[in-house]
Order: sequence, then C-alpha cells, then structure tokens
Amino acid sequence: MYQITCPHCGPRAQTEFTYERTTDSVVDPSGDTQTAMQALYTRANPMGLDDEIWRHTYGCRAWMVLTRHRVTHVIEAVKAIGPEALP
Amino acid sequence: MSGPTRIPTGEETIPFTFDGTTYKARPGDTLAAALLANGIGLVGRSFKYHRPRGIMTAGIEEPNALVTVGTGGRAEPNTRATDLFVYPGMVATSQNRWPSLSFDVASIFGLAAPALGAGFYYKTLFGPAKHWMRYEGFIRRAAGLGNAPTEPDPDNFSQRAGFCDVLVVGSGPAGLKAALEAAEAGQRVMLVEQDAAPGGSLLRDPDPAIDPAAIIARIKALGGEVLLRTTASGYWDHNFLTLTQRLAEPGEVPAHGFAQRLWHVRAGRVLLATGLIERPVPFANNDHPGVMLSQAVRSYVRRWGVLPGKRVVIATNNDDAYLTAQTLVEAGAEVVALLDARASGPAAPAGVTVYHDARPSSVAGRKHALRKVTAVIGGGEQSFDADLIAVSGGFVPVSHLHMQAGGKLNWSEEAQAFVPGETPQVCETIGAALSPPPAPAVAPAGKAKKSFVDFQNDVSLADIDLAWQEGYRSVEHLKRYTTLGMATDQGKTSNMVALSRLAEKQGVSVPQAGLTTFRPPFTPVTMGLLAGAGARNAGAHVRRIPLHALHEAHDPIWQPLGYWFRPRAYPVGGESLQQAALREARTVRTVAGLSDVSTLGKFEVSGPDAAALLELVCATNVGKLAIGRGRYTFMLREDGFVNDDGTVWRLAENRYLLTSSTGGADRMAHFISYVRNSLRPDLKCSVVNVQEHYAGIALAGPKARGILASLTGAEPPRHMGYAPGVLAGVPVHVLAASYSGERAFEIHVEATHADTVWHAIETATRAEGGAPYGLEAMELLRIEKGHVVVGGEVDGRSTPHDLGLGGMLNKAGGFIGAAGLTRPALSDPNRNNLVGLVSLDGPIPEGGMLIQRAGQSPQGHVTAAARRILEGGPIALALLQGGHRRHGEELIVTSPTRGEKARVRVTSPHFYDPAGERYRD
Repeated sequence: MYQITCPHCGPRAQTEFTYERTTDSVVDPSGDTQTAMQALYTRANPMGLDDEIWRHTYGCRAWMVLTRHRVTHVIEAVKAIGPEALP
Repeated sequence: MSGPTRIPTGEETIPFTFDGTTYKARPGDTLAAALLANGIGLVGRSFKYHRPRGIMTAGIEEPNALVTVGTGGRAEPNTRATDLFVYPGMVATSQNRWPSLSFDVASIFGLAAPALGAGFYYKTLFGPAKHWMRYEGFIRRAAGLGNAPTEPDPDNFSQRAGFCDVLVVGSGPAGLKAALEAAEAGQRVMLVEQDAAPGGSLLRDPDPAIDPAAIIARIKALGGEVLLRTTASGYWDHNFLTLTQRLAEPGEVPAHGFAQRLWHVRAGRVLLATGLIERPVPFANNDHPGVMLSQAVRSYVRRWGVLPGKRVVIATNNDDAYLTAQTLVEAGAEVVALLDARASGPAAPAGVTVYHDARPSSVAGRKHALRKVTAVIGGGEQSFDADLIAVSGGFVPVSHLHMQAGGKLNWSEEAQAFVPGETPQVCETIGAALSPPPAPAVAPAGKAKKSFVDFQNDVSLADIDLAWQEGYRSVEHLKRYTTLGMATDQGKTSNMVALSRLAEKQGVSVPQAGLTTFRPPFTPVTMGLLAGAGARNAGAHVRRIPLHALHEAHDPIWQPLGYWFRPRAYPVGGESLQQAALREARTVRTVAGLSDVSTLGKFEVSGPDAAALLELVCATNVGKLAIGRGRYTFMLREDGFVNDDGTVWRLAENRYLLTSSTGGADRMAHFISYVRNSLRPDLKCSVVNVQEHYAGIALAGPKARGILASLTGAEPPRHMGYAPGVLAGVPVHVLAASYSGERAFEIHVEATHADTVWHAIETATRAEGGAPYGLEAMELLRIEKGHVVVGGEVDGRSTPHDLGLGGMLNKAGGFIGAAGLTRPALSDPNRNNLVGLVSLDGPIPEGGMLIQRAGQSPQGHVTAAARRILEGGPIALALLQGGHRRHGEELIVTSPTRGEKARVRVTSPHFYDPAGERYRD
C-alpha cells in the first residue's frame, strides 16, 4: 500500500485515496471522436514515470497529480490541481 | 529401544492428545518436540502417495509434520507441528490417512505412486474424458491434506495499525543487536519474532555473551514494541508490512476473545534479520520419519531436551553439522558415522568417525524411526545401523520479505545460495542471511524416483527429470508442471534443491536456471484474520435514511440498496410482499401514496458558470431552463453510454439542483467532482453534494395536488415546476416530478426535520384514503409507465437512442460523451432497444431471453416484469435487437433456468398514459 503525500494533508495511506486516470487519458469534451477514443483506449503506459490523477476521497477530497514510477512505485512528485491550485 | 526419546524430569505437566491418545508435554514444547519426547516419529501421511512422514525441521519451514489442531469451528488444518506450542488440552489429529495413521490403506496397496507422477493432471485432462472419470473418484478420496472445518469459526480477529522508525524482523543475534541500537538512539522500534521465545539461532546455539531476555527488557524499557509469536508475512509498497500475531495458539480458546491480530505497519526503515533455512539432501526414502535437518536435531537436543535418535548418522557438505555431532555425543547419543561429501573437513569431534567423499544413498525404516542408512563412500557402498540421520545440504538465506520488497538476489557460488542484494525500498538485510556458510554442490547419490525434493507436494528428483524430458525448460513451467513449491510451505526447503537439479539438467549455473518469485504471505494466514471484524457482518457499512425509525414503526419489509436500507413494502394484516405492493400501487393510481426517496443523489450547483458545468455533465439541454422549472436529464460516460439519470432544476438565477439515481449517487459525486476540479477548474461555480442534507418524500396520485395544497396553503407548482414552501412549519423544496406516472411531487426537507414533514403528509394522505408505498410498488408503477431504471434498462451498454431518449440530447453537443456517441457502432439499427412486452398467455419470466422460435439464438432479454396495476395482465420491459422497428411482432420469452415460457407481443414501453395527461393540470 502506497503512502501518498497529499498536498493539503501530508502523508496518508493509499486507502484514503482513489485513482482516477493518467493525465494522457483525459478526454477533452470539445475534441473530436478520434482524439477522444485515442485518449480512452490507447494510453502510453510507460515502463517508468507516469502522471496520474488521484483524489483524496476519504480525506480532504482534493484532487492531485502524482508522478509515479510504474516499476518501483516511487512517487516522485505530487501536485495539487483544482480551482484553488490555479495560478 | 530406538527412536526419539526424552528423559522425564517431572516438568511434563501439560496434557494434550494426538489421534485420541493423551500425552504430556513440558512448558515451551512445540507439538513436534512433545511428540518426539513421547517416542512418536510418524506424524502424517503424504499428499499424493500416502508415504509415512515425520518431523524434518524445528521451525516454520516444516513440510511434513502437518496436523489438524482444535475441534469444531476452531479446528485449524495443515498446521505445522513445529510451529505450534502445546497448551493444556490441545487436540491434535493426523491427516490424510484412512483408517488410521499407522495402517493406511492407500499406502499399503501402493495405489497412488505409479499413477500420479509429474504432469498427471495435464495428461489425464488432455486425454479421453473417460480416463478422468475413472481416476477422479479415487483421487478425490486419496489426495489432499487436512479438511477445512464446516462450522463457523467462533473466534474473533483483531486488526491494528502500527508506525515505527525501525522495524526489525527476527530476534536472533543480529536482530537483537540492531533493535537495541536503534532503541538506544531514541528511535521508535518494533521487533517482530515468529517464535514464542526470542533469540532465533541462540535458542539452538546459545552464546553466553548474549542474553535475549535482558535485551528484550532493555528495548521495552526504552519504549520499543516487541511482538513475539508474530510473523512479518507481507512486505508491500512504501515500507508497508503486514504482521500476523498469534494471541492464542491454533485451536486454543483465546483468553481475551481474540485469536489473532493483523498489524498494518508503516516503517521508516526495515531491517530483515531473517536468518537461514537449512537445505535437505536428496537420497532414496529421504522423506521417512527419522530423516531430520541437522540444525533441527541440535534444536531438539538443546532447546527441548529431546533426543530425536540414539544411533545417528550425520550427512553434510559443510562444517555446521560437526557441531550437531558434538551436541549429540554430549547428550549421550551415539554418532555412528559423519558422512562429509567434501574431500576434507574440520577435525572430527571426539568419538565420531568421519567419512569423506561420502554421501547417503538410501535409508530404510520402521514406523517411528530409521533402521538402516546406506551411503556411497568413495567408490563403495556401506550400510549403518541407525535410527536417525541428520542432514545438511547447505543453507538458504530467508530472502522472502526482501524479494517482496522488490529486492534483487546475488548468487553465492561458495554457498550455492542466493543472497539478498539491493532493494528499492528503505530496507536492509542483516545478519546470517547475508553470509551463508560455504557448502559446495553435491550430486545426489540415491535413486531419483524415491529422492524427494518437495515433500509436501510429493515431488521427487525423478519428477523434475521427467518434466525436463518432456520439454519444460523454464523454472516457471517446471513449477506448474510438477507443482513443486506450490504447497502450503511454498517450497521453503525444496526450491534450491529443485533449482540445482534443473540447472544440472540444463548444463547451466543455478542463477541462469532462474528463480521463481516469492509472494506474500511468508507463512500461511487464516482467512478469518484477513476478514477481521468484517467476518462479523461488519464488512459493509450501513447507511440509514433520516426516516429509518419512522418506517421501522410500520414494520416494513426492508430492501438493501447499495449500503442503504429502504422500505420495500408496508404489508398490513398478513399481506404477502406481492399483495402489499399491488395494494400500494393501486392506492397511488386511484388516491395518493407517499414514499421515501431520500437516497436520491442530490447536488447543488451554484455560481455564474453553474449552467456551463451542468451542460458538460448532462447530455440534455440545461441552459434554456427557466427559473422555477426543471426537467428530466441523463448523464453519459465518455464512451457515449448512459451513466445515470435524474432531474435538473433551476432554483434561482445561478442556482441549480441536480438529482441522480440512488445506486449511481456515489459514482456521480466522484464524476462531477472530477469534471469540476480536474477538467474545468476554471469555471466559476461550486458543487455541493447535498444527498444526505435533504430527506426526500414523494407524494403521488390523483389526490396528491390537493393534499399538498392543503398542507402548504399554496398552489403546488405545475408538472416539472419548482417552488419553495413551508409545510408543518418546516421550509421545504417542492419539485413537481413524476416517476409513477401520476401527478406527483418530491418534497425535500432538511434531514433533521424530516419526521415532522413525513408525519404531516402521512396523516393528510391517510385521511384521503391513501397510504405509504415502498420500492416494490414504485417498481410496478414505473414499469407500467415505461420509465427506465439505472441498473436495469440502463445497464452500461445502452445509449440514449437505445432507451428512446435520443430526442432529448442537447443538439448543440459539447457534453461529456458527445464524441463517443458518434461512433458508428452506436447507431447500428440492430442494437438492443427498449421495448414493452404484453403477454399473450401466462406471466413473463423476468430475465428471460427473447427468441422467435425454439432453438434460435436469443435476440434480447426481459429487464423487468410486472402486471398492469388496475386491469391486470402481465407486461414487461425488455431490450430487443432492433426493437424500435419491431412493435407488433410476436416472440417467445424463455427462461430455461426457471423452466418458464410465455408468448408475447412487442409494444411501446409506455403502457400507461403514453401522452402524459395524468400529471398535467
């Protein structure tokens, strides 16, 4: 079980979080069918670092992007997203 | 007199039974030690061949001495006698024997051995079916270990979380030292030991300079946590470990209610002081009682005062076994011969004859011990009269946790063993596991057929050879073909012996032959421990609607719905569920009824961009909604299929209420949050999940409008209108929506005031001749009306067009799922479409398949079956291939599982008031 450092709450157990999807599988609602289906069904799935969207569902409920190594499971970075994280 | 013994000292005070006979044990005895002390060497029968098996080890790696311990629901099968401390009244039973342990029919006739070699199942199952039919009955009776108890486990299991700076696994010399150092440095320490006593190898080979008890006391005094009888069974990501703690021995009545505890520990640093496991030696009949690992022999003599044999042969390829020889001599046993496979070794202990270049080739035995050991010495063969052989084939570092942590292994040619290397986690192996003593490779001297490698699964050297001969080259294939290493001991004593044989066959070095992966748990874990409190009906949490107590007073039939419980029907005067539901539905159609709809998903969306967010989430037009109006809506997944449905209401200029289905509420909450926060953080709006903030009461029926008007003192909103109001002094939202097909309202009220409002509505409704109605009546009403339900007709494979909702799609697009919906396959005219079915004869079986003629492939299925509420006559909703074009067609509904059938006519799904005149004023 991972330990994920929530940008708002600090290090917490993975069971408090839910995984959403990788950032490369985000579907742009204004995009065309081809692009949308590409995002949904053909993902990069790298054997290394990947950016993933997670939510601290059973904690502060905030959203974040984890940069996680898919082989070693080392989480290199966590970045808050959402309206409050906008520049 | 030969075989295992112990000289009584008067400390034999603990009574226990083995196969019905009562014996005595000393405090601190394992069952294995106590059995040996009582002269018992034969403990069980092997898995496939029913060969007699004894005690081979003194630890958790034991493959042979498996027993069932305890009785009734508390019985624990396949428990290692070496990992089980005797308690007063312990009941232990041997396994896989009939009619008795010493007289076993299957072994006497030698039935199994020729038939069940490696790959037996593959070959039989690929062969003609009749062969399997012939073997099956026999195999089911003959093969196996202990039986699972049939009664529920009466014990409780606890779970606990732990945190520490340093977790030390193993309390041998290295573990004790590391734990003490960390504790003295002011770190939070947890020390875990699977044995009941600390010390590890010190229990076998004491060191006067190290006092485990004193060190443990010091660690505890410094605030450290020491857990004995606790196994680190799983090493997961980010230094997260699971520990399994025995609070009572297997089969024992727990003193404090809890039999075991599962720990979830997050450690800053992990030190693995897991030590070594001795490697057995393959030779003919090396599985017989009286063949024991060398260090185990030393443990029995020194720790438990048991002499496993009186005339002992020792076979080794390393120096450690010389210490065993010395120990035995000191204890008064005769060491008949020390067979050293090497050309030279250390000095022989006094009174022991050492033979070099000597390997055991076979043993012969009697019931509880050996009779004879035969060895190949130099070029010749020599036999020895002996009741025990102590063997040592080298040492294997316990690297299971290291590998679970993602660690690498390095090959030590000198020790013929894999040694823990680098790991990606904050983890380090310390102590003996890092430096196994030198032990050269030795070629087995006995017949391969009877030279066992995996004792628990009855795999011999010959089976490995056979697998090789039949083309199984990879270690992974070897494992699956022979079942090597797949028993409850997970190959702790067998993996390295087998790997060496495979490497020898391949003509490569052992690391080139490969190694299978170690996975948790390290030793077997009982299911009850993993379930914990979840085993006591606490697996899923219970969500209670605000009006739960009020419904309870009506004694309804409850319906679990997700985590919720909702009234299914309110039977009166001995009504059945069906009778009650039909009465309630009729009341709604003719008078009025009220129902609890509090579990609907509810989201309040506000802000200048609220409509923009809703136009993204909802596939229908929202932007044009006037203030005080609402409409039916549905949400799509990104691939274009319907995700959920509900209603959307414009409460004020920039304030909306979106409802969704009960079952989809949690899913929608996550989805809307994703859209708002991840996809469109730029929108100026706020989404608040108000599902549990409001209780919802539906009031439906021809008299609903009058009842509501009298209660609020105001004209209720017309169909799909919204108005705030005050009811029984409580502020409410009134939404004029109809699921039943009648003039109907949803009255949403702050949950804390729901009782008052329900009570007022119920009193007024009953005064008019109405009544509360439950989910079952609601189902009858919505089927007749042709309304879809999420989880029924909306099954994750239906598009808006399939459900006849295509016309409601937002023409401007831009909603989630719009792109997915344009895929060609989603507009195929032969997709499953929603239709109605009217029976031409009997009731329509729910879930039945739709066919044109007997013998044809199904063209659809019945999603919901009911009857016309007032007129009677079976009707149903169904999904049918190309259904929109097939109204009027005659089909057959068939349910082979129920043995039911009905002839039906395809119709529009709207059986009742298709024009919707009943809910318009």
